[in-house]
Order: sequence, then structure tokens, then C-alpha cells
Amino acid sequence: MATEIQSGKVHVQTTINGESVDFLAEPRESLLEVLRDNLGLTGAKEGCNNGNCGACNVVMDGVLVNSCCVLSVEAAGASIETIEGVASPEGLHPLQQSFLENAALQCGVCTPGFIVAAKALLEENPNPTEYEVRWWLAGNLCRCTGYDKIVRAVLDAAERMRAEA
Amino acid sequence: MAVDTRVGQTIKHHDEEYKVIGTRPIRHDGLEKVTGEARYGSDINLPGQLHGKVLRSPHAHARIVSIDTSGAEALDGVRAVITSAAFPDPGDKLTGGGEAPGLPLKFKSANMLARGKVHYHGHAIAAVAAANPHVAAEALKLIDVEYEVLDPVLEVWDAMKPDAPVIIEDLYTAKADGTTAEEASNVAAEMLYEVGDVDAGFAEADLVVDREFTFGVVHQGYIETHNATAHWLKDGHLHVWCSSQGAFTIRQELADLLDHPITKIHVVPMEIGGGFGGKTTAYLEPLAALLSRQTGHPVKMAMDRADVLKATGPTPGGYVRVKLGVTNDGMITAGYANLAFDAGGYPGSVVGAGCRCVFAPYNMPNAKVEGFDVVVNKPKTHAYRAPGATHAEFASETVVDEICRTLDIDPVEFRLKNSAKEGDWQLAMPPYPRIGHIECMEAARDSAQWQTPLETAPGKKRGRGIASGFWFNIGFTSSVTAKLNSDGSVTLLEGSTDIGGTRTSIAMQFAETLGISVEDVDPIVADTDSVGQTDVTGGSRVTFATGLAAHNAANDMKDQIVEGLADLWDVAADSITHADGTFSANGNSATVGEAAGLLEEEGVFPIGKNTVTPTREGGAFAVHIADVEVDDETGKVEVLRYTAVQDAGVAIYPPYVEGQMQGGVVQGVGWALNEEYVYDDDGHLLNASLLDYRMPTALDVPNIETIIVEVPNPGHPYGVRGVGEVPIVPPPAAMANAIHDATGVRMSHLPMSPARVQAALAAEA
Repeated sequence: MATEIQSGKVHVQTTINGESVDFLAEPRESLLEVLRDNLGLTGAKEGCNNGNCGACNVVMDGVLVNSCCVLSVEAAGASIETIEGVASPEGLHPLQQSFLENAALQCGVCTPGFIVAAKALLEENPNPTEYEVRWWLAGNLCRCTGYDKIVRAVLDAAERMRAEA
Repeated sequence: MAVDTRVGQTIKHHDEEYKVIGTRPIRHDGLEKVTGEARYGSDINLPGQLHGKVLRSPHAHARIVSIDTSGAEALDGVRAVITSAAFPDPGDKLTGGGEAPGLPLKFKSANMLARGKVHYHGHAIAAVAAANPHVAAEALKLIDVEYEVLDPVLEVWDAMKPDAPVIIEDLYTAKADGTTAEEASNVAAEMLYEVGDVDAGFAEADLVVDREFTFGVVHQGYIETHNATAHWLKDGHLHVWCSSQGAFTIRQELADLLDHPITKIHVVPMEIGGGFGGKTTAYLEPLAALLSRQTGHPVKMAMDRADVLKATGPTPGGYVRVKLGVTNDGMITAGYANLAFDAGGYPGSVVGAGCRCVFAPYNMPNAKVEGFDVVVNKPKTHAYRAPGATHAEFASETVVDEICRTLDIDPVEFRLKNSAKEGDWQLAMPPYPRIGHIECMEAARDSAQWQTPLETAPGKKRGRGIASGFWFNIGFTSSVTAKLNSDGSVTLLEGSTDIGGTRTSIAMQFAETLGISVEDVDPIVADTDSVGQTDVTGGSRVTFATGLAAHNAANDMKDQIVEGLADLWDVAADSITHADGTFSANGNSATVGEAAGLLEEEGVFPIGKNTVTPTREGGAFAVHIADVEVDDETGKVEVLRYTAVQDAGVAIYPPYVEGQMQGGVVQGVGWALNEEYVYDDDGHLLNASLLDYRMPTALDVPNIETIIVEVPNPGHPYGVRGVGEVPIVPPPAAMANAIHDATGVRMSHLPMSPARVQAALAAEA
């Protein structure tokens, strides 16, 4: 639901990480801005604000998107998953654990985007080849790692998840 | 349960065995970084916070006739507008701190907000604070600036011509002989380094190869854009939160630029999303501070990507000439190099560092290197990972490869014969200590890639290249304060911003020294009020210098524990031994944890601390091997296989040493093949986005094989050499040599983009 109110702001009802959420947004505000500045979900990062780096990746209605390129009013009625929803109260997601164990991060600012994107990959393809991992993650820029350990971490997590499935 | 799916090879040239050093623990800050909880500079929001934005010049070179901010000030929601008049007059003061101290402060201040003239496209003109970022952006459009547009000078070779337009009217060349030029020009500084007699050396040579190379401007490409939040309290205390490579450097620069007492400035280092040399100096922080002072509110500023590319400071383009003389049996007799780097709109390029590195891998009896720091109408340039060395050694390593081809000498054999070693001279530095270039070259020669013949494919042009690289590394000052907790764990405060795992590499050295596990150390990157002076995270210095401070602080803590136990046990302190984390004397013994509990009961709480300025950083060498395939229709170069070999001294935290090597390689591959600022004739940057400034993606590179070589640095108790920077140095030359091997064509410009390779192939054909 999105309802325009008198201030020119729009009242948006949406679902984020399984919780029902309401917010007021200016129509020009991106989903990324609202997540970070209105809702305090700062795990998604702004690296380019035009869809080239993937640091702001979230999943919206099952589709991996750059939240900088989604208007916040488009979130109305949608179901959104962010990095904050990847771990459970019981513990880390296998991808998060694998990133730690494989040293697949350095500065860490691209890491939330990579984990959200990789999770979307493994949900679609639980047994990707190295090439498929590289192809899928080509929308996420990392300037620190050279990708080697990230790709290995994703393949390692995929293997663990298949073993547990 | 750690699963090592990736453990690179390590070749040790020492017999030391360590308990903590060399292991692969999970980094202390990893959890927060994989869950999105880690707080980077842009992630904080303060009560009452305003948002700042900057108006930037649409011209590369222009006089500012007038600035009218009244329209912006009248916009609802705008709280302040500032121009360069908001800065105190810098007078003749010089800058301190950072990687390039000693430049006139007026240049730094004018780079942040233009004073009278704009020097490049994107140069900051005015800054606005408003209720939200959108209003601030609207306000920028209401600022009316009248410009008198001037002819820009974009390349060093044009800027150095006698009739070139002079960008800074009162810039007089600081000459190599210590004198100052009498006429203003765009050449800010000249430098000259000489060893032996080059003329005599070239006269002895059987073969002289003399080549020129040119370079586009490249950006460090950190994924987090620049940001700063400042709160200027009414009593003059200034709090700043920022993602910088050096909180203490920012504090010093704020004090200088704002003419404000340093004790009133408090800088909190937030997590930093990459820097690579591009976040070593203040840039936004002073503007946020001035806007906060004017409004009485905290002001947050975060740049967008286009502005980052346009204005924060990439690394120079420019020119390098390298001339080498050799005998027919492959001994270098002389080397001459001439480097001219663009400083950008204000003086201070990294050309001096390039000069020091250009011939560093080789012991040649005669050498002469000249450097020129040249002002052009491009953004003020900054460091980028081994700043200047990549340009310089791209040139020298390409010339070395040509010599090997011409004389039909194996490139590994040539480099081994001429390699620099302990005791040989280095430019502007004491003779080399123990170094590992030969050991790296031997490891490269013995590597799986070098030993495996390049697979040919019908109709494909494939080739292999090898290149060496050197970076001198830096010491500077570091501090550590460590508190022993009652359970024997340690809270470790350190001042070095952690860009890639250094909290852990520092904690590991502390743990090794005190004899505890690394998990029992909790390392914290502290703010400028909470830990001693610590210089910028740069020069590959953190694991070396801050690690040394941690080692010394652990020994300080150990001494305090020993004193406390001596009292408790009533024994002489020097009778207490310490081994494997246990203190023993006269039938008594206590682990660190037990000692902590015993001492607490006595009211003794050991705090180990150390501030150190080490100077024996030891140089770092790397040797890389690249296999490439060149598409002769499109000119596109693909990396088929890549091996990076590097002397780490002793690798404290191997997965992150490998990570530095792999990351450096991929940045180097981007520089080699694609990355470049594209300007039109009027000096407008045409590719200020991450779509058009194309950095490598996961799909553009293969896995990077790593071989860590350990030749311990005699200047560090654990033998550490900095590892962060040198891995970006060899890739462009290794790639160029591989392209030549594949096609017979020598490339003389970076990047070797598809269009350039295609043109070179066409010219050859």
C-alpha cells in the first residue's frame, strides 16, 4: 500500500525481513535511502547510486535488485530481504560463515551486497560452477580481494548447503 | 571448524616456529562485516543532523569572477552556504602529516574550496548545509557563479612547454640543486638522483634500449565514497566521524586548515570501505566542520560516485622514459630514467616515489633518475597503492623484457644475474638490508605456472610475461595500549585504521609475544582521544609498525606482570621465566590468566603500552607471471592464468597476505587493460561513473595463484615486511610482456585497452 499524504510524502506499507514495516518517504527517495536513513538498516551500502556496483543489493519479491535503482514507493506491498535478515537468531547463514573462514572480505563494504547476491544465486542454482558464480557476481564490484576468495567462499558454502539439504 | 579451501604456497627462508603467527584465525571484526552491522562513516546519523553538498566547477580552468549564493540561502530548508572565504587565511604555512607533508597549506585549502580560480573540472566552489540531501542538491543549482573560462593544460608534456598557460601564477620550480626558479611555470619541483657515472656506463654497453611510455589517470576505486560528519560544539570542541586512512592525520589537517587548537579536535575513525591511498588526507572533513560551526548542528556529507571520480584525487597520469645499457652477456652497465607525473591542479604528485623505485630490483653500477612534479588542469592527484612505482616499473620492466628478447637471454636468468641484494645501493636510501628479490624470482621460476608450457590454441594469440616489482614501504609512528583483564584476556587499543584485516595481524603479534591465544585479544581501532599518536594507514606500514608497537606493548605488559608476581611470590623479578604464556619461579607458576587474577587481588592492573617510529621497514619485492590471450580482431586481452610471488618477510596472517596479493593483482590488471580517465579537449572528464570507468569484475579475472616467500626483515622482531602495496606494481609490465609474447607488439601506454592494442596490432601489420 502507498498513500500520498498532505506533506507530499507517501505512506508506504511493506514487508522487510518478514516484518511488516510502515514508512513515510518523498517520492524521489530511493529504497536504499529509506532503508539506510529512515529505517536504520545500514547494511546495504551506496557505492555508485546508479546500479553499477551491487553494494546496495537486496532481494525484492524474490528478485535480486540494486536498491539504489528502486524508488522507495515501489516497495509498497512488496517483500524485501536485506543483509540484516540473512543470519537467523540461531546463527550465521552458511555463506556468512564461509566468507569468514575463507577470508573473503577485506574492507568489508561490498560484503553485504556480495552475500545477498550469492544467497540469491544459491537459491536459484544450488550447485553452480566457478564460471556461474563469477557470472552471477559480475554485478558486484570488490576492489580489495581480487574476487578469488569470494568465489571460493561461495562454492564452499554451496557445498555445505547441499550437504545439509 | 575452519575449512581452508584456499591455502597458497609458502616458501620459508628461516627456521622460526611460531604458535600464533602464520595461523589462519577468523578476523575479529569479521562477524560485523558479514552481517551488515559494521558501521562505516556514512552509517551514522546524529540527532539534529543536517546534510552537506558541494557545488563543483563545470570548467577545467577558469577565473571565478563572482559567486552569488543568495538564491541558495533563500531556499526553504537551507541552513548555510560557504565559499573559500569561510577558511582562515592559510598564509605561508606548510602542511604537516599525511604521506606528502611540507606543501603550502594554501594549496590544500584552495583544493577544498576554490579561491579565485578553478583548476580542474569538478573543483569545489561552494558547500551547502540543508535539512536533507535533496534540498542541499537543489540549493546548489541556485548558486550563481560567473566564470572567465581559460585554456586548460591537460598533459605534462604540454604543461612543461615554455609557452604553456601557467595554472598557478606564483609557482616557482623547486629545483633539484636546492634553488628556486625565477619565472613561474607549471613545474612545481624537479628531482635528481645519481649513482656512479651514467655516461661512462652507457659507453661500456653493447646494447642500449631507450623507450618512452605514457600513462592515463587512474582512480583507486574504493567502493565506499568519501564521507564525513562533523559536530562543532559551542565551546569549540569539534567531533568528526569519518572513513579515513588516518584519524590523527585528519585531526592535524583540521587544526592546520581551520587554525583551531588540536586538543579541541576529536576524530573518530569509522570503518573504512577501501582507501588504497585515496583517503590519506582531509577533504570533506573541513567543509563539514565549517558548516557545523555556522549552523550549530552536526553536518553529514557523503559524496556521490561521479564527484568521487571527478574530485577526490586519482593517481597521476604522465610520462616515463627509461634507457638501459647492457653488455652482450646480459649485465646492466647503466640506467637512465626521466619521470614527469601530473600533480593535478596543485603541486605534490608521487613522482619522487616513482624515481626511487624505477630501477630498484637491479644492481647497476651507474644510474641517473630525474623527476618532475607538474601541475595540470586535472584533479589534485593522490597516492594509489605503491604510488608511482607501478608507472616507473611498467617502463623499466618492459625495457628489461625487450633486452632479454634482443639478446635471447631468459628473463628469469637476466633478472637473477642483475638482481639487487643485501648491501647494494638504493636511490636516496641506505644500502639494502636483507631482501628477497632473488628468492622471489627463484620461486617464480619453480612455480607451477612457469614450469607448465603455455597451451597453444589454433587461431589464438597467446603469450606469457614475467615482471618484478619493488616498493620501499614506510615506518612512521604507531601506538598501542593494551589492558590486561582479570580473566587474562586483553583489550588492545590501536590507532591504525583497519582496511583489510590488520586488527588481527596486530593482535596476533601481541598474542605471540605474551603467549596467549589471538582469540583472547580484543583489538579496537581507537579514536584520537583514546590512543597515542598513530600515523596514516599507508606505505604498507600497519602490520610492520603497529605490529611492532603491539609486540613492545606485550613486552611492557609482561614486565609488569613479572613485577607483580615477584612481589606476590617474594622472588627476584629476574628469576621469573616466561615460556608458552606461563610465568614460573621457585616452584610457583601462573598462566597469563592466572596471573591476571592473582594481580587483580593485589590491586595491580597491568597496562602495556608503546609508541614507536621504526625506520627499518625493509623493502618488498614481488614477481608476477601472466598468461594472456589477445583477440587480434578486437584487441581485447584476456588473463588466462596468473601467479603472484611476494616476499612478505614473515607472513603474520597468511590469508590476508594472500588477499593483498590477489587484490593488488586485480587492481593492476584493471590498470593494465582498461582503467583510464577520458577527457575531452576542454578538460571535461567524460567517464565519471563506474559503468564508464570500468574496473574488473569477477568475470574478468581468473583465480590468482599465490606464493608467499619469507625472507625475514631484520628490522622487525618477527621479520615483518609490509605486504599491501607491492602486488599492484608488476601486473601492467607482466601483462605487457605477455602481450608482446603473444603478438610481437610492444605497448607503451597504460591502459592497454582493446582499442590501443588493436591499433598497435594494425600498425605492426
